[in-house]
Amino acid sequence: MKKIVALLLSLCTLLGLMAGCSAKDDRVTINVYNWGQYISEGDEGYMDVIAEFEKEYPNIRVNYVTYDSNETMYTKMANGGITVDVIIPSDYMIGRMVQEGMLNPLNYENIPNYQYIDEAFRGRDYDPEEKYTVPYTWGTVGIIYNTKYVDEADVTGWELLWNKKYKDKILMFDNSRDAFCITQCMLGYDINTTDPQQLLECAKKLDEQRPLVQQYIMDQVFDLMENEEAWITPYYAGDFLTMADENPNLEFYLPESQGFNWFVDAMCIPTCSKNQYEAELFINFLCRPDIAGGNMDWVCYGTPETAAKEYMDPEVVNDTRAYPDVEMLKAKGKSFRALPRKTSRLMEELFMQVRNGIKIHLPE
Amino acid sequence: MRKNKSLLLSGPYILWMLAFTLIPLCVVLYYALTDVETGKFTLDNMQQLVQYLPAFWRSILYSLIAAVICLVIGYPVAYYMAHCGPVAQKFLYMLVMLPMCMSFLLRTLAWVGILQDTGIINTLLIKLGFPHEPGEPVINLIRTPGAVILGMVYNYLPYMILPLYSVICKIDNRLVEAAEDLGCNGRKVFSKVILPLSMPGILTGMTMVFVPAVSTFYISNKMGSTETILIGDIIERMFKQGDNANMGAALSLLLMVLVFVCTGIINRFGGDEEGSVIV
Repeated sequence: MKKIVALLLSLCTLLGLMAGCSAKDDRVTINVYNWGQYISEGDEGYMDVIAEFEKEYPNIRVNYVTYDSNETMYTKMANGGITVDVIIPSDYMIGRMVQEGMLNPLNYENIPNYQYIDEAFRGRDYDPEEKYTVPYTWGTVGIIYNTKYVDEADVTGWELLWNKKYKDKILMFDNSRDAFCITQCMLGYDINTTDPQQLLECAKKLDEQRPLVQQYIMDQVFDLMENEEAWITPYYAGDFLTMADENPNLEFYLPESQGFNWFVDAMCIPTCSKNQYEAELFINFLCRPDIAGGNMDWVCYGTPETAAKEYMDPEVVNDTRAYPDVEMLKAKGKSFRALPRKTSRLMEELFMQVRNGIKIHLPE
Repeated sequence: MRKNKSLLLSGPYILWMLAFTLIPLCVVLYYALTDVETGKFTLDNMQQLVQYLPAFWRSILYSLIAAVICLVIGYPVAYYMAHCGPVAQKFLYMLVMLPMCMSFLLRTLAWVGILQDTGIINTLLIKLGFPHEPGEPVINLIRTPGAVILGMVYNYLPYMILPLYSVICKIDNRLVEAAEDLGCNGRKVFSKVILPLSMPGILTGMTMVFVPAVSTFYISNKMGSTETILIGDIIERMFKQGDNANMGAALSLLLMVLVFVCTGIINRFGGDEEGSVIV
């Protein structure tokens, strides 16, 4: 459904562009390429971030397009032929894009609001020298389940996603890195492992799960969980809060004993950008505490700025599911690092084998 | 002189075909025969195709079933339409065409809403008091092979009806009368006169349903399960997520060959030149 909406919207923007040609529009257009459902667009009294930005900078127009996974975004960027000024990928994908020279260094002088970013989110593995990125959000990956149908006694860990009792009511990530991470936590492997044998074991585990899986999903998760078409899914904690708003039967579970992914998504400027200065203004604007706060109120992901919290709904800030204890996060949360190209290729290939239902094997 | 003129007139389209059909085909071939990492010549992609044969057979089976169902449903409709008065004909024609004015994606999504466990049919049955486990549907409709085939039949039925209709319209009624005069009963008239004469329409219809159905990915993605994977799904995924355009190209190439073989076989059924169709 969201895809359709996105399609319609992009058609509208396209028409808008054409209209723009005849009406003479001397504004600079920046293309922002972001995850779906990942910016507050003025729903039900929430802030319309892009409109606010365009009001503040009347000479800049934002063309906003979405993607549903890091991998989709990467494939599009790697194939080239497009101009994008701001992207907001996850940590490991940033690391990979830095390795492959796909990102421009930022001029932090144009981003004074970077000062508000908390120490804990600076200089992390994906960008140790703080050259390419400005953190946008952080979050955890856990299990969302429907308390109406799922027996509390079954909620013991990631195995819940393999429970035959719930066949056809289980959803699974449709991206390799998040899907593999779950099996790595279950099997006790490092989530940044490069050992092909371990990855093979993980793929076999995922293949075992496939007959139980209703659908492999990304953004479709919202409809399916809210309407109770599916009962169990792994997903990002922030999106859980959005879903729980619609359906109070939903609950979130973080398998602390097995470990889980603690991720950061950060804003970057790809090398294909043509308006770096305007893009930096946009990034800076999103870091302004009142904007970051208003935006996160709707997005529900963690904000890397303590200063933003005072602009947010206290209910969200105090929700331990959105903002778990930092000490626990540091102890149990696992961060992704960029994998060597060979390993990400292998992981992608193994995941394709799982998704396409062919025999799991290591390619020669 | 005349030949030159027609060449001049058809020139633009011939150029178009060269630019947008032949050249891309060569690109597909190039990708299929090169390695995704090194870009060097390799037959690896071709060798790997074997693994995907079950998905190929599944795609072909489902779309053939869909084409046959379309024929069974579509033929009587086309026949009836062709024998209606001009006003009724126009009206029916519009009814057949009307769904095609709506986006294919939306129509498929609408079926998901109708068939899913929490969808219209199951909610209605539950309201009517049919027994079911809590949270479970009364009948499993979606995510079954039947649902995928239903999606294909629904979406491609107009492609069957329209060619059939135009062929049946052109059947000379005097031939039917002649057969009757010469002592054929109703069934004989149909099998000896009408059916052979509508063969071109049947073959075109079968092809027009089969070809898009065999390569579909959206229908199986939305209405199928994680086990009813069709070849279109795999190709889409190779390009979009897998970052492996080379394997995707190899799969597309094999699909193309299989489509040609299948339509060739369909055409064979028609026998002589009378029934042959050009795809």
